[in-house]
Amino acid sequence: MSEAKIVDARGLSCPQPVILTKKALDEGHNDLEVLVDTVTSRLNVERFAKSKGYSVNVEEYEDGGFKLHLSKA
Amino acid sequence: MFSYVNRWLVGRFGPALTGLFVGVFAPILTFLGNPGNMGICVACFTRDVAGALGLHRAAVVQYLRPELSGFILGSFLASLVYKEYRPRSGSSPLIRFFLGFFAMIGALVFLGCPWRTYLRLSAGDLNALFGLGGLVVGILIGIYFLWNGFTLGKSLPNKASSGLVMPIVAVVLLVWDITKPLFGPGGTGPIFFSVKGPGAQAAPILISLAVGLAVGWLAQRSRFCTVGAIRDFVMLKDGHLLKGVLAFIVAAFVTNLLLGQFHLGFEGQPVAHTNSLWNFMGMVLSGLAFTLAGGCPGRQFIMSGEGDGDAAIFILGMLVGAGFAHNFSLASSPAGPGAFGPIATIVGMVFCLIVGFTMREEV
Repeated sequence: MSEAKIVDARGLSCPQPVILTKKALDEGHNDLEVLVDTVTSRLNVERFAKSKGYSVNVEEYEDGGFKLHLSKA
Repeated sequence: MFSYVNRWLVGRFGPALTGLFVGVFAPILTFLGNPGNMGICVACFTRDVAGALGLHRAAVVQYLRPELSGFILGSFLASLVYKEYRPRSGSSPLIRFFLGFFAMIGALVFLGCPWRTYLRLSAGDLNALFGLGGLVVGILIGIYFLWNGFTLGKSLPNKASSGLVMPIVAVVLLVWDITKPLFGPGGTGPIFFSVKGPGAQAAPILISLAVGLAVGWLAQRSRFCTVGAIRDFVMLKDGHLLKGVLAFIVAAFVTNLLLGQFHLGFEGQPVAHTNSLWNFMGMVLSGLAFTLAGGCPGRQFIMSGEGDGDAAIFILGMLVGAGFAHNFSLASSPAGPGAFGPIATIVGMVFCLIVGFTMREEV
């Protein structure tokens, strides 16, 4: 299996992190890592991913950013 | 108890709870003295602040609205408590300044921001239907740009002190609100306080501040956004934020009914005009500008409290836009649009469309 695709959505305004995530999923990447730097973006991407049937694994960085690992449940 | 409430606010009912709170307390603020259907209007209140500071000289709309300081400070405190205080900036600040500038001009052509659009509707002001229609169209145009790669670029994390600017500004405005200093020559203002007109209509300072603080806190936790609500529902079929707006409208409708503030019709509505075309067009401009900037004016205040310097620049653009709106005869009055309001609206649309078409990345 190929490596997870990384979407770097740090620093982007709403709703761009979700749009980038959606586009990556639509391109067929089922194993996805999304980087965000606010809780708002984390919650938005999580909610979107779960609504599409993905499970989300959250890793928090020391600087306050998050890595969300999306995979098909 | 506290953590229990917070779990609700961050969860799926958070926006609805915030909307419910705003929907109940905004009409109560009107009942206690705020202008008609203007219990909370982020654009109108920013315009009043601009007037109080002497950035425009429309004597009837000058007051340092404590609700706005409350928004910033409530959000600031919530973001500290929950470790979401995160100073950041650098995402096209000048563009955001002018998005705020033109969002304000559009709002003052209609006479209200999205919050007041919903409040006017809930009090029976049917002119607000045209404003709501314009708001939706503006958001739809913004969605078109978002689907096509529109971006103002990434912000970068900033030092902790940089995020303190807006909370400090909020405190200074509160102090001036209470001490009413006079800085002008010969003991004249600023600070200016209207003696008649909407600027002279205000709920008691402490109540306004308390409601502002509570809304700031609730909206920070729940991410309540009156533009994101429509945007997310249309773009992503996501009704999370929309529930907040629906709760807001229903709660405000019931509260207005109970307080005797519901008056159905077009004519004689408080701080409103009946020119349907420019009620509509003003909010097309506003809706587009807010969508390009990532959120409604309330949301910009909330984000500025969390340390978002780009949201703060947007607010400063709104403040200066309000000054121009009244100094250059752009703002509407109950008699109708200002002399140059329509042309300014078109200029603002041209600006927003150029921004939308040119600021994009291939995705």
